[in-house]
Amino acid sequence: MTDNLPETTHDDHAGVAMQEPIPDPGLPAHEWRPTDVDPKAEKRAERQVAGLFVLAIVGAIGFIVSYIAFHVGDNPDTIGNLGASNVALGVCLAVTLLAMGAGMIQWARKLMADHEIVEMRHPASSSQEDREAAVSILQTGLEESGLGRRPLVRNTLLAAGGILGLLPVIMLRDLGPLPGDKLDHTIWDLDTWNAEMKAWWATQNRTLQRVVRDVVGTPIKVTDLEIGDLVNAEPEVLFQTNPDTQAPLVEGTDLLVDKSKAAVILHRMLPSDIVSSQTLNWSVDGIVCYSKICTHVGCPISLNERTTHHLLCPCHQSTFDLADSGRVLFGPAARALPQLELTVDEEGYLAARRDFTQPVGPSFWERG
Amino acid sequence: MSLDTSKIADTNKDRPATAKKPNRAGAVAGWADDRLKLGTLTKVFARKVFPDHWSFMLGEIALWSFVVLLLTGTFLTLWFTPSMSESAYEGSYTQLRGVPMSDAYASTLHISFDVRGGLLMRQMHHWSAMLFIAAMFVHMMRTFVTGAFRKPRELNWVIGSVLLLLGILEGFAGYSLPDDLLSGTGLRIADGLVKATPVVGTYMSFFLFGGEFPGDVIIPRLYIIHVLLIPGLLLALIGAHMLLLVFHKHTQWAGPGRTEQNVVGYPMLPVYAAKAGGFFFMVFGVTALMGALLSINPIWKYGPYDPSKVTAGSQPDWYMGIAEGLLRIMPNWETHIWGITISWNVMIPGQIIPFVLFGMIIGWPFLEQWVTGDKREHHLLQRPRNAPTRTAFLAAMVTVYGLLWAAGGNDILATHFHWSLNSITYFMRVAIFVIPPIVFYVTRRWCIGLQRQDNDRLLHGYETGIIMRSAEGGYTERHLPISEASAYTLTARNRDEIHQIESDVDENGVAAPDTRVARIRAKLSRGMFADNVQKPTAEELEEARHHAEHEHELETGLDHPAAGHEFDDHQLRDAGDVPLRQH
Repeated sequence: MTDNLPETTHDDHAGVAMQEPIPDPGLPAHEWRPTDVDPKAEKRAERQVAGLFVLAIVGAIGFIVSYIAFHVGDNPDTIGNLGASNVALGVCLAVTLLAMGAGMIQWARKLMADHEIVEMRHPASSSQEDREAAVSILQTGLEESGLGRRPLVRNTLLAAGGILGLLPVIMLRDLGPLPGDKLDHTIWDLDTWNAEMKAWWATQNRTLQRVVRDVVGTPIKVTDLEIGDLVNAEPEVLFQTNPDTQAPLVEGTDLLVDKSKAAVILHRMLPSDIVSSQTLNWSVDGIVCYSKICTHVGCPISLNERTTHHLLCPCHQSTFDLADSGRVLFGPAARALPQLELTVDEEGYLAARRDFTQPVGPSFWERG
Repeated sequence: MSLDTSKIADTNKDRPATAKKPNRAGAVAGWADDRLKLGTLTKVFARKVFPDHWSFMLGEIALWSFVVLLLTGTFLTLWFTPSMSESAYEGSYTQLRGVPMSDAYASTLHISFDVRGGLLMRQMHHWSAMLFIAAMFVHMMRTFVTGAFRKPRELNWVIGSVLLLLGILEGFAGYSLPDDLLSGTGLRIADGLVKATPVVGTYMSFFLFGGEFPGDVIIPRLYIIHVLLIPGLLLALIGAHMLLLVFHKHTQWAGPGRTEQNVVGYPMLPVYAAKAGGFFFMVFGVTALMGALLSINPIWKYGPYDPSKVTAGSQPDWYMGIAEGLLRIMPNWETHIWGITISWNVMIPGQIIPFVLFGMIIGWPFLEQWVTGDKREHHLLQRPRNAPTRTAFLAAMVTVYGLLWAAGGNDILATHFHWSLNSITYFMRVAIFVIPPIVFYVTRRWCIGLQRQDNDRLLHGYETGIIMRSAEGGYTERHLPISEASAYTLTARNRDEIHQIESDVDENGVAAPDTRVARIRAKLSRGMFADNVQKPTAEELEEARHHAEHEHELETGLDHPAAGHEFDDHQLRDAGDVPLRQH
């Protein structure tokens, strides 16, 4: 079969037939493998393949035994922090699968016929005849439908199809509410509170919302912070409960949404280190308060350089100067970190004088 | 015409002794064939020929890891709860007991600590996702660098590219599902990217998250995208990819007897069925080993998502690395004008450049075809050196990828090597424009050098390592001709043609239409192909052979196999042994 392969000239492009410098010598003769000619080698290969399949069976039994013997439980730390059950099941499964795979491949390589076969290719295109037939069929169809002759039918159909396509798009409208001005305010703004929160606030007899420690919710006095300290903080309302029901005022998704905008950091430095007058005016004894949400794409910023008052975002390394209005020193963020105007309340705890004066977090079109 | 009577028993009965008993398998096959015409299908496809080469296995790794993904993923769906409803954790993992968390996170913990084999399946699922995308990348590079995308396979190139893109999206959706701190941070960044879209960004974000970020619908929405929508598309496109592969028949490397008109290799049944089937188990097995021994995404260490928390050194899965790198090295450009904000610093790296890069890759086959004007089908692969510009383009793209990847880990580089984070970022901002062109130039010259070497081997033979001393005292190295098969393989490639514009003006002296386009095309053609080394012609080979014979005549008498080796161990075997190597 190899002898009558066409002697090809690949370079007949553009009608320039150029002779191949070296003619195709044709497929080399088939070489017998040891397993083809030596019965001993063949027997050995057969035993290897069967041995691998037996190993696969052993692995599968090991898997079943491990499944019964090991408990996952609460301790993932055994065997190199991987968990005994995980390692045992995984290794047994791997042995089974790899042995099966290796057995099949060894079988194919050593024992199955290894004669190469030649198959001829055919052009991917249809024959010229078929093409012409296809065109005439399509034309017949076009004519018989009258699509070309009846523009009124055609155009109204197109219009109907187009508007039908619009319906699913319209139906996506209820995927979410419209943004409104939601991104402009945070829960630092008492006006955004619901009735339950306001009822609680009425019992407090205070005018300013405290800045409290994250996680625990304890209020903070100026003297609690050393120079260079960085504290993660939240508005106090997030930690309060309804006095009647003892249920948290904010929980679940609402809590996450509020945290994603209202989270702040407190940092104390020497008042003399503060550069900008706004930063100084909005600070209390060298304590400044900034939004924790990066103005780039919204990661919480937390890496503090104690001596330089620089704050670094761990996601994309934007760096902000806390001594100078949160201005961007480095990295992809374009806008300064919004500062929260800080003061102390009647009982001497740190509190916010008002909401941020600009939207926090990543930029968006309507932000201005 | 003589009958083969060997199978007929030598009795006088009228039926052959080996008559087949009606058996069950045959009956089932017959039943099916009556309805499905399976016989014809089997006849056509069962002995279909596939050529053999290690690089043809790369796509297979992608295919089999997809199967592993389907199997392990289905297992995970039996326990995973795609819900963001919150409750306090009560499961086996003591450190998180009592912590409020979403059902998604709690059920992922449940799979990891309370379902036997659950952690194994989770880790295998994640590892095979990484393998899937990595294998697609490498398979795609192989296809690119060997010109396997040329006619008639351009559509399969496009399908493959879309598969890669879908695979990456699928991976992102998947690792966002557990709702742990790391995946939540990824979603937060995605939200930032969406919000940077001009005009509709805020609306898109609110519609995607069902309100303000993070909302309570994103996990169930991503879940249905992850387990139904994208896998469905992937399955359909993989099906189309394989159908086209079978229809076009696989490409092959040139060699004796392997031409543009045929395909030489082993048949589907039994060799490839066994090899490919076996390889599926190998891929599956390696994934199982990885799941057993290599910890991945230990979500219990990250804790549930909290938008006010993040860990230093947060990194996405590797295939998101270049998007991460782009975001990190982009200068902080933002425009505030007429009360609106345009975030170039997020839009360009997040929404524009990735698609430009993707477009360049998807479009290259069409550019190349336009420049060469080549309308022929190509079934023989090109060695990377024989398409220097294309190979260099890929090398430059890989460099861009590598640089962005490194830039995506600039904090890790800074902490591990004690480099300045800022310096790395500044370096990357410049390097991304400077290094790829250098790599392009070097690779191209390298390829051309290799082409020259091929021609040397054809014309002058290979270097034997035997040094000859002439009567005058000069030294030369003996060259011997390479084997006919090797020589044929080296020459089994097309000559490049440079496209020329015939004339700027038509026959009336008027500027010809489309001259500008034609000029660009000619220029590109020159740039891409003019420096390539073409294979020698028959005359050149003949001349070289004459020359070599002449040399050999001069060397007669000196030409005995032990030359130079009388006193060492390197005794040649027989005079008949030359050529020394078969290359």
